[in-house]
Amino acid sequence: MKPSKIASILALGLLAGCASTNNPHDPLEGFNRAMFSFNEGVDKVALKPIAKGYDAAVPQPVRTGVSNAFSNVGDLWVGVNDLLQGKPGAAATDLFRVLVNSTIGILGLFDVASEMGLEKHNEDFGQTLGRWGVGSGAYIVLPFFGPRTLRDSLGLGVDLYVDPVANHDPVDVRNSLLALRAVSDRAELLPLDRTIEEASTDKYAYVRDAYLQRRRSLIYDGNPPREKLDYGAPLYVSPLAMSPVQDLHRLALVSPGEVIEPEPASAHQTEAAVPLAAEAAPQAASE
Amino acid sequence: MLKRLLFCLALWVGLVPAVMSAQQLAPDELVRSVGNEVLSIVQKDPDLASGNRKKVLQLVETRVLPHFEFGHMTALAVGRDWRRATPDQQKQLTDEFRTLLVRTYSNAFTSYRNQTMDVKPLNAQAGDTDVTVRTLIRESGRQPIAIDYNLEKTDGGWKVYDVVVAGVSLVTNYRETFAAEVRNSGIDGLIKSLAMRNKTNEGAAAAK
Repeated sequence: MKPSKIASILALGLLAGCASTNNPHDPLEGFNRAMFSFNEGVDKVALKPIAKGYDAAVPQPVRTGVSNAFSNVGDLWVGVNDLLQGKPGAAATDLFRVLVNSTIGILGLFDVASEMGLEKHNEDFGQTLGRWGVGSGAYIVLPFFGPRTLRDSLGLGVDLYVDPVANHDPVDVRNSLLALRAVSDRAELLPLDRTIEEASTDKYAYVRDAYLQRRRSLIYDGNPPREKLDYGAPLYVSPLAMSPVQDLHRLALVSPGEVIEPEPASAHQTEAAVPLAAEAAPQAASE
Repeated sequence: MLKRLLFCLALWVGLVPAVMSAQQLAPDELVRSVGNEVLSIVQKDPDLASGNRKKVLQLVETRVLPHFEFGHMTALAVGRDWRRATPDQQKQLTDEFRTLLVRTYSNAFTSYRNQTMDVKPLNAQAGDTDVTVRTLIRESGRQPIAIDYNLEKTDGGWKVYDVVVAGVSLVTNYRETFAAEVRNSGIDGLIKSLAMRNKTNEGAAAAK
């Protein structure tokens, strides 16, 4: 596809975004929905068929080897992010994983380290920023890359900047490797397709909310503080509220007040369930 | 007459421990026993492992779902609109949501073989009535997947009201979607849209 065509699709999406934003928790919804359909289209005609072919033609052990090799290359950057997040123990594990897998694991084709109990970590620069207290900002669907937040988009830029595969010379080898990685990653997600298709009445919103929950969980390494979710709780945990440090939310496109502020207590007063109103009131008073 | 009475008494005495043990099973024990039971059944039955839909649903209905509290699940997913729904609407919502969850996620049961489940030590106080049981599903050659179960204590024993897969709650993930549906077309609109989704899924499954 020509760049000009992509640009016009982007522009269209932006226009749509300006025209139809009515969800305060997803200010770019119009643009995002357009971009989501665009990505779905690309997936349907190109990536998914190739991934299916790859899945069918390449035997499982080879696919696992390919996926392991890319994972091994990525572990160095995972380790750097663990260091940046103040987790030297985890970083040491990551480094040891690379050493073990690159040697005994034959250039990373076998994940020997995991068998030895050296757990693989999931880190990237977006998570590091989150750990540092940078608010996530608005949800945004990027062309080709898919769901991100503004913070995670910045993180993605840094991740790609240092990515050994994306910086590989010569360029033709690099492009082949990038394509192989994309296909390998996509093939691993094939079993999920039907579930995502059938799980919801609104696929876009389902994917968005799953992405936001997942990122929140990752930033806290799988142990996010438990949200207070009850019948009277805010319907949506704003991406801004996910940040450990609340006052950095200036990065966001939306004004934080309209998202985080609890419901005025008066809204509950007519309700029969007084305990909920009672919970909301002190919160509002303390603000 | 006396014989029959004695028989009833014996039955009663015999049944009490069985019922009591099911009710008093600690939440982590419950998750472990149900999980391992289901995994071993799937591994032994080639029909299940290959995804025989009818058999999978039957297994889930009989072994898993008795330990789930769908009313609570639906209330959590619907959020504050739940209290505005009439009892009849609540029942319809629960039925449709139950069908959606069960049909959608039962497929996941059989997509992988040779899985084992680790249940992490329970982090809870003695009097707790609401706990999270953390598990890790392992499969050689793949990264383990964290699945957490939120359980509440009821008169009928511990019941699951949320399942969190890799940090994503299967229940609260619907909150925003459901709220938007209710905003646009009311509670009946949400019920209708769920019913339609279920019908489409059923059609897709039949066509397979």
